[in-house]
Amino acid sequence: MPDVVVIGAGVVGAACALYAARAGLGVTVVDQGTVAGGTTGAGEGNVLVSDKEPGPELDLALLSSGLWAGLAADVGGFEHEPKGGLVVAETPEAMTALTGLAAKQESSGVRAAGVEPQDYEPHITSGLAGAVYYPQDAQVQPMLAAARLLRASGAQVRTGVRVTGLTRSGDRITGVRTDEGDLRAGAVVNAAGTWAGDVAALAGIRLPVLPRRGFILVTEPLPEPLIRHKVYTAAYVTNVASEDEGLETSAVVEGTPAGTVLIGASRERVGYDRTVSYPVLARLAAQAVALFPALAGRQVIRAYCGFRPYCPDHLPVIGPDPRAPGLFHATGHEGAGIGLAPATGLLISRLLTGAAPPLDLFPFRPERFA
Amino acid sequence: MSGFEIVFSGRPIPVTPGQTIGAALHAAGIRSWRTTRVNGRPRGLFCGIGVCFDCLLTVNGESGVRACLRVAAPGDEVTPS
Amino acid sequence: MRYDLAVIGAGPAGMAAAGAAARGGLRVALIDGAPRLGGQFHRQPPPGAGPPSQDFLRLRDRLTRADLHLGRRVWAVEPGFSVHHDGGTLTAERLLIATGAHDRVLPFPGWDLPGVLTAGGAQALLKGNLVVAGRRIVVAGTGPFLLPVATGLAAAGARVAGVFEASHRLGALARHPARAVQGAGYGLRLARHRVPYHRGQAVVAAHGDDALTGVTVADIDRDWRVLGTREIACDTLAVGYGFTPQLDLAVQLGCATTRDPDGTPVVAVDAGQRTSVPGVYAAGETTGVGGAELAELEGLAAACAVLGTPLPERLARRRDRAREFARLLHEVFPVRDGWRTWLRDDTLVCRCEEVPYRDIEDARDLGATDARSIKLLARPGMGWCQGRMCGYAVARLAGEDPPPPRRPIAQPITLQDLAAHPRRSPDVP
Repeated sequence: MPDVVVIGAGVVGAACALYAARAGLGVTVVDQGTVAGGTTGAGEGNVLVSDKEPGPELDLALLSSGLWAGLAADVGGFEHEPKGGLVVAETPEAMTALTGLAAKQESSGVRAAGVEPQDYEPHITSGLAGAVYYPQDAQVQPMLAAARLLRASGAQVRTGVRVTGLTRSGDRITGVRTDEGDLRAGAVVNAAGTWAGDVAALAGIRLPVLPRRGFILVTEPLPEPLIRHKVYTAAYVTNVASEDEGLETSAVVEGTPAGTVLIGASRERVGYDRTVSYPVLARLAAQAVALFPALAGRQVIRAYCGFRPYCPDHLPVIGPDPRAPGLFHATGHEGAGIGLAPATGLLISRLLTGAAPPLDLFPFRPERFA
Repeated sequence: MSGFEIVFSGRPIPVTPGQTIGAALHAAGIRSWRTTRVNGRPRGLFCGIGVCFDCLLTVNGESGVRACLRVAAPGDEVTPS
Repeated sequence: MRYDLAVIGAGPAGMAAAGAAARGGLRVALIDGAPRLGGQFHRQPPPGAGPPSQDFLRLRDRLTRADLHLGRRVWAVEPGFSVHHDGGTLTAERLLIATGAHDRVLPFPGWDLPGVLTAGGAQALLKGNLVVAGRRIVVAGTGPFLLPVATGLAAAGARVAGVFEASHRLGALARHPARAVQGAGYGLRLARHRVPYHRGQAVVAAHGDDALTGVTVADIDRDWRVLGTREIACDTLAVGYGFTPQLDLAVQLGCATTRDPDGTPVVAVDAGQRTSVPGVYAAGETTGVGGAELAELEGLAAACAVLGTPLPERLARRRDRAREFARLLHEVFPVRDGWRTWLRDDTLVCRCEEVPYRDIEDARDLGATDARSIKLLARPGMGWCQGRMCGYAVARLAGEDPPPPRRPIAQPITLQDLAAHPRRSPDVP
């Protein structure tokens, strides 16, 4: 019998498995699909501190950013690029707001510097009001990252196994029921991403994790890197935190080691609808060209969508569920799951072993929506 | 209608009107005009019908053109992509 | 102007359908990415370079009332229906998807060398450009298409060093006398040009430094494992293992798919070529690889269904016979998984992203259990061609049949053209 069953073989589940294993626990990971087949497989691999207001999520991001660098060194094999982020402001007003945010972030431990956009991105449009550079922003190849962390964890990974229920002894969760039989464990970690609410429901618990759709455009592989950093407009920060149900888009543009340029970001609350919205793709294209005019003649070869797991207050859910002892949640990271995964995994492993977590977990408590 | 020429990296290539750039290059004995990104290997025509994208080149400054689809026009300046 | 019917693809199915529908009084648009009509099968020589074929002229002469939109590559279709191409958007009440197929290819060591062409590629050079692909040519793969390719090349003056047909069991074709006669005709032409025809043999490796200089030909067993090999010098290899239908647009619209007898995804249609999406029809290779005659008959059937007239009994019977024969061909020319033993660690599986077989195995070792997760971890299918070349191989390496292709962008489109796309879709009636 494993000490822990982790539900979800995405990057968050993989990080939970890795840190739990490092803490000496025996881990089994189950997933209804494949390794990194859900939101992880549709992500850009953002490891960002720049897009977060000071507060608990930023603290988590800062912890995670250091952990990713460490994992790149001692696990490796997932294209960790500490390339830095460049947030640009189109208007003087936006620049004032951006500078104000950067100042607050700096007091939380973020490194940030006001810069001339063209000094960092020679191909960026002229006429921007300014930019702030964030050297701690990084990118990983998220699918490889999840797979490598899982491998390094030594966990037993069972893909194509659907969790159909949770086994209990009294109130206590004692394992998972799957379409391939019961799996008893000392603890169960719900790292099911957008599907985490369904897992919680199996325990009779309400956990409001919902999908927020995003499209990404992928360009042809460019022979020479055109874009060096992760570049996005200041509007992205407001969109991330927005309460709006409707479509929001802001330009997020970055190159990859494969030579392609990834272009985001859109946010819509439309459930799990995979219907391609061409008007959204058109908006993403227009915004990217406005930011990098040299992209205008470059070809888009692919577009895809994914579903970010979000909670109403845009904070993740990390910690034990007092309503179901033995059940821990590690979900609701919205678009920041790749970045926040290691810190989440570390926190969960501390909780599983009864050690003191390095951060205050109160803001992430699962019962806060009750 | 009589033939004309296009220019591939400075070299004149004869074209029968209606031929694609890829066909004209292939007929002139030029079997590759692109090197791959990772291994630097030569590539030219493969699928020949616009599906594989192996035969990409630059025509009059326009990059990413499929040589097997683009019908050659008199004076086209063609370079590796 | 809103059309009654937009036909995408000007091969035999699309031309036949557009012609019949236009003559039936409908406003019809016929769209194709190529600048000339004909598609792959009826590909015509450059204008003035030779007489078009009779079959082509018969189809073309019926098109006088249809609007031709040639040289327009369709990158997306939306319900309603909007057909987005690189020159704009046209709209229609109904849609016929007749986008044909491309060669199915298998990876083998050296297949990325210049001089290795698909069989269809060699044919396109010859028919559409009057260019003979090489001087000394090997033709290999499986399927009846290898025959016209080899005879065409030989007749055009190439030395065809041999046709290597992987399948062992061609005897079943004798059950169709008319087809056997057609096959015998090819046999005579091969003999006249002294082209040897081998069954149960395959090209399992290509050699050369920067261009092809020769191939390794193997006797293969019934599962296509190598029994013995020999080398043949050649400057060109034309290779193809059947065809992969181009389903991108049908999948974009959500049309239900089914599978050919060999597992290939195809659009599911009824007797009137109607797909599962009201107003969307499919004909030709998209509904199952079956050749030009079947494609034309399916195009006519689609036109009849759109016009609300019955398909003449005689044509319906011909179509059924052609379908039956297509099924037989799938049985006689299957692809067997033994090709996987031809691969070496460094053999590229994905040509675009240069993914070697080793990386595919590493991805499986890392937990990738299906084609999609292999793609996510090792990148096969992520490049320019979006898996059109390697999709079959990657799926079989993952132990599954290829999934229907999900490509919201069916043709590359520049960011500026995509940005200019109408931000709001046309109203759905």
